[in-house]
Amino acid sequence: MHEFVLDSEAHAGADVPPALAGSVTLDGGLTWANGGRTRASRRSWLDTFDWRLYRAGLTLEQAACRGRTLLLLTGRDGDLLASQVLTAGREPRWPGLVSDLPAGPLHELVEPVAGIRALCPVARATSRVTQLRVLNDDAKTVARLDVDYMSVTFPARAAAPARLTLTPVRGYAGVTDRISGAIIRVPGISAARGTALESALAAAGLRAGDLPGKATALKLSPSMPAAAALATILTALLDALEANVPGTIRDIDTEFLHDLRIAVRRTRSAIKLCGSALPAGLARDFRAEFRWLGDLTTPTRDLDVYLLGYARMTAGLVAASPADLCPFHDYLVRSRAAQYRGLAAGLRSVRFRRLTTRWRTALKEIGPARKRRTVAQLAAARIGAAQRSALQAGQLISAASPPESLHELRKRCKELRYLVEMFGSLYDPAQRWQAVRELKALQDCLGAFQDAEVQRTEIRAFASQLLADRSVPAETLLAMGEVAAGLASAQREARREFDGRFADFARPASQARLALLTREDGLARADGLTRTAGA
Amino acid sequence: MKIFATYNIKGGVGKTAAAVNLGYLAAKDGLRVLLWDLDPQGAASYLFRIKPRVKGGGKGLIRGTKSIDSAIKGTDFDGLDLLPADFTYRNLDLLLDSAKRPARRLAALLAPLKAEYDAVFLDCPPSISLLSESVLHAADLLLVPLIPTTLSVRTLDQLTEFIGDFNGDRPDVLAFFSMIDRRKRLHTQIAVDLPAERRDFAATVIPALSVIEQMSVQRAPVAAFSPRSQAARQYGRLWQEARERAGLTS
Repeated sequence: MHEFVLDSEAHAGADVPPALAGSVTLDGGLTWANGGRTRASRRSWLDTFDWRLYRAGLTLEQAACRGRTLLLLTGRDGDLLASQVLTAGREPRWPGLVSDLPAGPLHELVEPVAGIRALCPVARATSRVTQLRVLNDDAKTVARLDVDYMSVTFPARAAAPARLTLTPVRGYAGVTDRISGAIIRVPGISAARGTALESALAAAGLRAGDLPGKATALKLSPSMPAAAALATILTALLDALEANVPGTIRDIDTEFLHDLRIAVRRTRSAIKLCGSALPAGLARDFRAEFRWLGDLTTPTRDLDVYLLGYARMTAGLVAASPADLCPFHDYLVRSRAAQYRGLAAGLRSVRFRRLTTRWRTALKEIGPARKRRTVAQLAAARIGAAQRSALQAGQLISAASPPESLHELRKRCKELRYLVEMFGSLYDPAQRWQAVRELKALQDCLGAFQDAEVQRTEIRAFASQLLADRSVPAETLLAMGEVAAGLASAQREARREFDGRFADFARPASQARLALLTREDGLARADGLTRTAGA
Repeated sequence: MKIFATYNIKGGVGKTAAAVNLGYLAAKDGLRVLLWDLDPQGAASYLFRIKPRVKGGGKGLIRGTKSIDSAIKGTDFDGLDLLPADFTYRNLDLLLDSAKRPARRLAALLAPLKAEYDAVFLDCPPSISLLSESVLHAADLLLVPLIPTTLSVRTLDQLTEFIGDFNGDRPDVLAFFSMIDRRKRLHTQIAVDLPAERRDFAATVIPALSVIEQMSVQRAPVAAFSPRSQAARQYGRLWQEARERAGLTS
């Protein structure tokens, strides 16, 4: 398949297909022919909010044409990987989970990539496609040229440049290179860069794959004043936070809330660890409000974690049957619905709006600080301190330490990780990855330990509540006991794993890799990389 | 993937016209269809304007030195591909004879296409040979066009008996009357009586119509160039019967 775009100025007002047929001279007995009636279609491109399909090189399009609606999944080269005809009147409504897609090869290809994320429309357009055919000397069609006039309707109204797609008929690929060569020689036609989705988004002034607030995508220079750099980072985190609010309020999928919480946690860590670099009083003024926001989101997220792990929970039952747990599942769903109502009300509240508006304004007003500390100096100091703090917290842990000590260490490790990611663009990406390798493994282990601890405590509370309500049979409580036992076993496993993970993290070589990240020679090299990329 | 074969020991009874039109209609229904023109005369290839030539010839395909996949050509119609005829197909019997399990060879060659196609149509040359036997073993549904005469019906019975002796899977048989001349009383009489009496006869008949002969001038299925004609409507009905009999759900 070959794709081209028409320069709108060169072809303004021209009836393109006949003009093309007139200006593209074909040789070897090939001739142009009309491909029939113009087709109009309504197109929607679907992806997860964090562009999982796009990042995996997949494009999923829903196209409605002449009363038929199709889902089309294409790969990196525009090759059709799978298609699915949708039954009229039973088309899935978007946003929706992958489980809403009809069973079939397309479903099977999309599901592992999208995971638990919902598919949302990322662009919509109407297309008017006129077709030309290329015939050989037997008047047999050997290639088709679709001329697509696309009007983008979402995320903004815009006209995309007309797009030409030359598709060989199977068994005749050899001739398309010749035809393609003839087309590209026509003034005002150039090879298309990117897919139709990318073209639609570009027309709307956007770019596929863009995610608001990705800290490592920020471009910080080591010599930037610390306060200004911090304002840039915190603004990006606020962008990420706000971008996830509509999806959380609409309850599109659980990851919106999860990502919103990450943005809040990172903001709180940045305020806590680097607040002294901000204008006086700013950190103090907002600390309590971001804490309120974090607390607002916790109960719903905890229940989401339970529900997301429910299938694994039932699969691990030995004595009880999955049906025994159904009343517990219903209880979790009801509790989650109640907690979600509170969360949504909080995110719609004046308090939340005021917090984000005031925070954005405050960040905008941050000017050059009197103390000319650079962001590289701030990052080195804070990462160094966080590294020492994590190391000390871990070294104090013994076999007799309570779970709270591991939780404290987990928080220190998170802070260290957030700092490395926040200031990530100062460092060489490969070096950054190496530096946090052992830290990530330790965090995973601590995460498994703490999740099991929280869930074990919670399941006891749930059981007490259900018993008090007399709303479930004894079998359910017994099955919950089995789940609690499974959680205790997983926690013990994580605790056993911990010593090895911490030892890996505490090794001089691992610590040296972290320390090397913030050394001046490393920064200079990364700065050179940034400039080269910029050039 | 369901395999349909249009087969009759006699020539000129409408096998190719049926294969071409039913293949086209199956693709129009949204199925992914391959038509294999097994007749060295290459009539189906001609009707789709595709040169009757396969790299490596029949030998390459039967011996497996050339993949079927590389020989397939797209027709002018969405969802309908053609494996063209080749003049060397006249030797397919000999080639099959030297292959392992010759009667199952065609089925084995088609097996890798399962994921790619929903329906395969085999347009067979008129003969009773090792190739025919291989076709009969590969097919899920045998479509047998018959001129309405007593002798034709006798030939169908012989064919059914022959298939009845197969070990393992046997194709279902759906005969249909083709080239019916309404002016001939015998034609109309047999065409009415037999489908009512026998399960292996389709209710649909294909009349002798000049629009069907026009296919060789238009070089396209009648259902494509004259979709509202009586012939196109009859092929449409026949396709619905064949589809249901083969258990291909919409």
